[in-house]
Amino acid sequence: MADRLIASFLRQHAPAVSIRADLELDAGDKRVTVLFGPSGSGKTTILRCLAGLDRPQEGFIRFGEDVWFDAATKTNRSPQQRRLAYVSQDYGLFPHLTVEQNIRFGMDAAGVRARGRVETILRTVHLEEMAGRFPAQLSGGERQRVALARALARDPQLILLDEPLAALDLPLRDPMRRELRQFLRSIDVPSVVVTHDRVDALTLGDQMAVVSGGSIRQVGPVHEVFSRPIDLTVAASVGMETVAPGEIVDSSGGLVTVRVGSSQIRVAQPSIVARSVFACIRAEDVTLETSPRGDVSARNQLTGRVTAIQPEGGVVRVIVDCGFLLSALITRPACDELRLTESSPVTAVVKATAVHLIPREIP
Amino acid sequence: MDWSAIVLSLRLATVTTLILLVVGLPVAGWLALSDRRGRWAVDALVALPLVLPPTVLGFYVLVALGPRSPIGRAYEAITGNTIVFSFQGLLVASVLYSLPFAVQPFAAAFSAVDRNLIETAWCLGASRVRTFMRIVVPLARPGIVAGVVLSFAHTVGEFGVVLMVGGNIPGSTRTVSISIYDDVQAFNYARAGRTAALLFAFSFVVLATTYRLQRRSGRTWPIGS
Repeated sequence: MADRLIASFLRQHAPAVSIRADLELDAGDKRVTVLFGPSGSGKTTILRCLAGLDRPQEGFIRFGEDVWFDAATKTNRSPQQRRLAYVSQDYGLFPHLTVEQNIRFGMDAAGVRARGRVETILRTVHLEEMAGRFPAQLSGGERQRVALARALARDPQLILLDEPLAALDLPLRDPMRRELRQFLRSIDVPSVVVTHDRVDALTLGDQMAVVSGGSIRQVGPVHEVFSRPIDLTVAASVGMETVAPGEIVDSSGGLVTVRVGSSQIRVAQPSIVARSVFACIRAEDVTLETSPRGDVSARNQLTGRVTAIQPEGGVVRVIVDCGFLLSALITRPACDELRLTESSPVTAVVKATAVHLIPREIP
Repeated sequence: MDWSAIVLSLRLATVTTLILLVVGLPVAGWLALSDRRGRWAVDALVALPLVLPPTVLGFYVLVALGPRSPIGRAYEAITGNTIVFSFQGLLVASVLYSLPFAVQPFAAAFSAVDRNLIETAWCLGASRVRTFMRIVVPLARPGIVAGVVLSFAHTVGEFGVVLMVGGNIPGSTRTVSISIYDDVQAFNYARAGRTAALLFAFSFVVLATTYRLQRRSGRTWPIGS
């Protein structure tokens, strides 16, 4: 079983630019950690510090028993000594070496010797016939496979991937994402994946760390972070569609009533400390009805009017004004069935468990 | 034609180029790939022969290697000969004089190697030396070829430094350019003309071939376009 990575460090680029990371990474069921955030938030810097390519100024990085970096004792292991695999955004395949030589390069350098290992690894990534080709003769997807094969051949204790799908053409991204997911799941090595893409994060990650403004804001299971961001910054990062300020007016039996705009919402959230809150609702958790139905206790039924209808691929985003602006994501057939047009009356249904509250400081 | 001078020049250029390859690759590697402080000083030092008059360089080499200098005395104690006005002395001066013609194209080619590939190799466990030999040098080959060709051609054509350090000893320090100068001094224009034409043709062919190769591989040192 692979070891545990514990990192807490600070890297300063310029006097005003610093990146702080606090991260704990466990093997086992939380094998794939996604570093998620917008470009320029510091994700890649964190990855490079873990790889030993950048040196932090403060803190430490430990992997199992090994100290990779410690500012206090001035320890800094080189990338070579950390026994990891780092796959850069463009895969970093050596253009003058064949697929087989690329894979062998990592094995030779790391002193990994096993007969037939190259063949086995080529088979794992379905590239047996490509062994003699050069990277320029491969498709984008094949290049990614070679990069992963080479990373694996090196027998790493940690795999670091920087935007692994960004270099691929759009139609190729979906199948390769699934393939990558399967690959990362199938190997017994923990991995850290940097991405700014929500779908990547949701598909690939077991655990997710949201990076924003140079620090890690929230770490947790991917779905939890997406539906329960701890603050507004994280909510914005994960693309929480509806974030509306409100006041708690009542609390009883694990059900909190919040006044948002001119509406009241019931929220299933037992522990809430602040009176002023932000109510966060994911658009996919909202369903739309033409008229209110009989009382269903755990659901909020909010009547309002449609203010905007925006088609987005196979789904339609509907903005409803129900005392506050609520964003809903429904399928195209559902939209047709409801005969929605702008300013038509509609009832938005939201489960009490689908609303997430973030404490709000009153200015 | 002064064949002994031509042979001597070719010998000098060959040995100089080999030494520059051995010395220049690590120096260029350090200049292009290291982020250590003080790089600028080494950069300037390497480029110095480009702007210094050959007589100035020759003068310093003469003083540094002369019979009164520690190096000159040590050399004389070991070999029984003086280092100045000998082929060996000429070699030292040539290596210094042609240094930028080897190091600059080497370094330019090394800097052009994708930094990502270098870091990838490190993370795959390859040492810095192994990464340099297996990844950087092969990918920089066009630039290395350019540096070799240019330092060879430049050594064949040098004059001022040879005159200062080597003098004019037939078969030992009398190179092609000195031979032409001598012929002109002796009003032997016909012979000077033949040697000059040969040197002219040689230089043109070497440079044309180099540029041709550079174009094909997409690099344009020394003159960008």
